[in-house]
Amino acid sequence: MPPDDKSGITRREFVGVTIVTGGALAVGLPAIEAQTGSASQNSVQCSLTVNRQLHDLSLDPRVTLLDLLREQLQLTGVKKGCDHGQCGACTVLVNGRRINSCLSLAVSHDGDQVTTIDGLAAGEELHRVQAAFIEHDGFQCGYCTPGQICSAVALLDEVHAGQASAVTPDVANRAPVDLTDAEIRERMSGNICRCGAYPNIVAAVRAVYDRRSA
Amino acid sequence: MKQFTYIRATSVDDAVAACAAHRDAKFLGGGTNLVDLMKMGVEQPLHVIDITRVPLNKIEEHAGGVRIGALVPNSDAANHALIRERYPVLTEALLAGASPQLRNMATMGGNLMQRTRCYYFYDPTYAECNKRVPGSGCAALLGVNRLHAILGASPACIATHPSDMCVALAALEAVVQVQGPRGPRSIPMAEFHRLPGNTPQIDTNLQPGEMITAIDLPGLTFGRRAHYLKVRDRNSYAFALVSVAAVLDLDNQGTIREARIALGGVAHKPWRVPAAERSLQGQKAGEAAYTAAARRILAGAKGYSGNSFKIPLAERAIVRALNVAASKQV
Repeated sequence: MPPDDKSGITRREFVGVTIVTGGALAVGLPAIEAQTGSASQNSVQCSLTVNRQLHDLSLDPRVTLLDLLREQLQLTGVKKGCDHGQCGACTVLVNGRRINSCLSLAVSHDGDQVTTIDGLAAGEELHRVQAAFIEHDGFQCGYCTPGQICSAVALLDEVHAGQASAVTPDVANRAPVDLTDAEIRERMSGNICRCGAYPNIVAAVRAVYDRRSA
Repeated sequence: MKQFTYIRATSVDDAVAACAAHRDAKFLGGGTNLVDLMKMGVEQPLHVIDITRVPLNKIEEHAGGVRIGALVPNSDAANHALIRERYPVLTEALLAGASPQLRNMATMGGNLMQRTRCYYFYDPTYAECNKRVPGSGCAALLGVNRLHAILGASPACIATHPSDMCVALAALEAVVQVQGPRGPRSIPMAEFHRLPGNTPQIDTNLQPGEMITAIDLPGLTFGRRAHYLKVRDRNSYAFALVSVAAVLDLDNQGTIREARIALGGVAHKPWRVPAAERSLQGQKAGEAAYTAAARRILAGAKGYSGNSFKIPLAERAIVRALNVAASKQV
């Protein structure tokens, strides 16, 4: 992204500054915390493993998994879209299964293993689904992409396990999944993309599936 | 979200005791509906009892049928071999609901407890909603009511029950097992959800403090000749305008021995008309018989400003669901 002509800072740097400012505000104004929850009295101890790192936490029980990841663990790769389970931008993997992190209380995940988009790559090596999204141009603005990619990672495991979908022709016959484009679209329907990158998302998922099955 | 105390239960007895000990407590399963309603301010429990660690996550053969633990995720139930092979209509209904992410979170017991998706109920900025604030009126009567009921509604409430799963459970004549302060009891699906009447704020016949522990599916010899048809505004990840769970028992000559027809998206509970189903017995399977039964099911239907289309839609959906069910190889 080119630097802004006037300020000379990139969007990424600007976002970084606001996060630090936000953090400083929360620390500098304890009155806010007292007002919004007296977390000290009501807080719940729990530990979550996020992207292979264990976190021992003391949480207000109202904090959603999404807000914990973004606001407290600074994993801003996870995105907040609708915050009501209607868009899928907040999709993460919990114990290997995809869920909407916005509708889950963080305290109910005590002991769970959480993987976000930030934890999919192995060092500098992208996860094959991430690489396929780049190769097939599976996004435009990119906001839904972390959720799309986490969803697609789980989709491939679900297909491998023989799970059916609403477009599977005969669910009573437990045949291996024939992953048609209609199957990919149905299985990705929990992730909305307002740019409409769907054809390329389907292509990216198909490419990973075909390579894995070959 | 309003403040609450968080209580984690690890057994049914603990959960029921915690609920009895605390005023205004709610059980938390997958959270897909409760957490959302708490964010909206529609639900404001003082205590949340997290039951996700209570060991009610098995699916097993039971009394000639299958017992599904209340905390089995919707996705696991949909894909379990016993359900796919014996009760495919339940698999189809579960997979027609929500999204893969939500189905991974949502529990079977929680799905029974879903609240309506009526826009006026869900959004407290609307003053009128008898379900949310008893006595305040019903904004849907004269408002946007595309999703709303055509059967069994009352002047106090025209909300629909949003579940797909419950429609299949009604057709399968499932039985809900619950545990409460006074011990365990069984509730047949037909009696689990209520019609709104003058008390639309009460969705089910669960008594205070009762917790769902399991859903029992009775043994069924003809469970494979079945179909769940869902009609909605977009092809996936949307609530039903009309849905139909159809299960048919046919003899070798194509004569109907038994038919089960449950409708979703049309009432405050899954809708069945036993007399209409009985009228199909002994008839030749086919469109004439299906249409007559559909008209009988919809005889008392009443449309509102935005949903009268549901009446002919439901008739055609019933006929189509029965046609597809009859065509299944068993």
